[in-house]
Amino acid sequence: MAGKIFVYIDHFKGKPLPASWEVVSAARKIATEMSATVSALVLGQGVESIAQPAFQYGADEVLLADDASLADYRPEPFASLISKLAKESQPEAILFTTSTRGRELAAMAAIDLDSGVIPDVIEIKHEGGNFTATRPIYAGKLLAKVTCSTKPAILTLRVRAFGKPVADSARTGTVTKVAPALSADQIATKVVDYATTEGRVSLGDAAVIVSGGRGLSNNPNLQPPADITDEKQKEIWRAQQGFKMLGELAEVIGAAVGASRAAVDAGYIPYAHQVGQTGKVVSPDLYIASGISGAIQHLAGMRTAKVIVAINKDADAPIFKLARFGVVGDLYEIIPALTKAFRERLHK
Amino acid sequence: MKIAVFVKQVPDSAAKVTVENGVVSWGDAPLVINPWDEYAVEAALSLAEKHGGDVTAFSLGGESAKEALKHALAMGCAQAILLSDPALKSVDSAGIARLCAAAVQKLGGVDVAVFGKQAIDSDTGLTAAMAARVLGWPSLTLVASIAQLDPAAKTIRVERGIEEGRQIVEGKLSAVISIVKDFGEPRYPSFMGIRKASKAEIPTWTLADLGIPAPEPKITWPELTNPPKREVTNEIISGANANETAAILADKIIGEGVL
Repeated sequence: MAGKIFVYIDHFKGKPLPASWEVVSAARKIATEMSATVSALVLGQGVESIAQPAFQYGADEVLLADDASLADYRPEPFASLISKLAKESQPEAILFTTSTRGRELAAMAAIDLDSGVIPDVIEIKHEGGNFTATRPIYAGKLLAKVTCSTKPAILTLRVRAFGKPVADSARTGTVTKVAPALSADQIATKVVDYATTEGRVSLGDAAVIVSGGRGLSNNPNLQPPADITDEKQKEIWRAQQGFKMLGELAEVIGAAVGASRAAVDAGYIPYAHQVGQTGKVVSPDLYIASGISGAIQHLAGMRTAKVIVAINKDADAPIFKLARFGVVGDLYEIIPALTKAFRERLHK
Repeated sequence: MKIAVFVKQVPDSAAKVTVENGVVSWGDAPLVINPWDEYAVEAALSLAEKHGGDVTAFSLGGESAKEALKHALAMGCAQAILLSDPALKSVDSAGIARLCAAAVQKLGGVDVAVFGKQAIDSDTGLTAAMAARVLGWPSLTLVASIAQLDPAAKTIRVERGIEEGRQIVEGKLSAVISIVKDFGEPRYPSFMGIRKASKAEIPTWTLADLGIPAPEPKITWPELTNPPKREVTNEIISGANANETAAILADKIIGEGVL
């Protein structure tokens, strides 16, 4: 077989998501097994520099669209171009990373190409001419084997599920320029602005996560400022001091800050930080849960972390069952001490 | 304004879900409206309140899906319609999207079709963007807030949650939107709403009503398994004081090679 595998390189304003290289690398592996080639789709404006790393991580070819109409990500022009290219080259599969963009582009391309999507997969096999993938459902409470019977199979790969990609600086390939599929006046949406949080480690692809729960509000020694008189506001203020303390630990060990649903619902921290069945499902190397008892919805969202550390006052908290290391104690004493210990050991 | 919202009936998020003989079991946990869809209903109702008009709730499934629709009615939707047909045994996300799109078209004159972010059972999160594509409408997914909507000019401006923060996008109506939790707490069903919902007639639209053939599934799920048991040796760390405990813990964590 001499087919093609398409990989969409997800980027934000020309900066590729590291997870995109995991997808290129995974595509390379499957392509080699199938004697197929890997075409990386680089769509945007001023994005030609993305081609080189795409080759190094395993692409044979880069299809490059560089156009003002693709300067801001919008699903319609991106999906239309992906579908147009797929109709021309008839790839065996189109792979995306499971990001906000990857998921919706996969969805839209599937309608255009009358095929199916297997989202958020952790394992891919090509057998009997079809792609079969494994994906967690019910937030990881179950695993499903899923088959796509049409071509191209469209898959989104879960971040951090396919191992660390390795770049080969000697690899190179061909860049083919392609034109946008839609003209500017055919696009019914326009991006007005961004409010970005760049510089912070994002939860989805974090290797280390420090998470806080309701327990963060339980520090009677913290005295809220006099102008906060409402009891609920005092509780929120206390918890926010707790999250600041977690933030310091996170900074020392290069972690993202997570939270339980209880902490989010109580107003301690924005929803973007929520880990669990109705938040983000994460799979870091290290997950430090402090003041989190471990409701089943939370455990579903982090149970595949390599090493779990639990810090909680309540020795019977369910989180301890999953924890490699546990500390039964007051997190307001342990966390600052742990920050200090890491700072000394990691020389930061 | 005419608004459509789509809801699904799913096992409660607190359910312990397992596979027994290839069949999913959630024990005696209740079936509830998909938590993400409550935010969608909230968004749909708040749009109708602000700009006038009413909300029609749709659900796809068997008789039990009517419970999710009753919840949507109790929250304040004007009417509810079940999409159901014996020919719909196995439907994939694209098929569901085609059914939703056909329902929007049959209802007619819809300005905004609202979806939740994803269903907490199948976790695909594809339907809204797929339905938008079938309808040929702008897809505004993962909406955290609706900054502006002008029914006369037929424009909508939303803030979308993306990995990098927020993207503010303007689109033309009619549009498909999907809603995330930042939108704000969904309202509780009122007492009057619950009474109204319990008496409401929920009509069923079949494939014949929708005027489309049963969508052919491209995606099949041949096997479900329980995830491998997590093998973990628990070790409780305890020093003479917090500093000593922290020092031991830091060394142990570094020893695992995960930093």
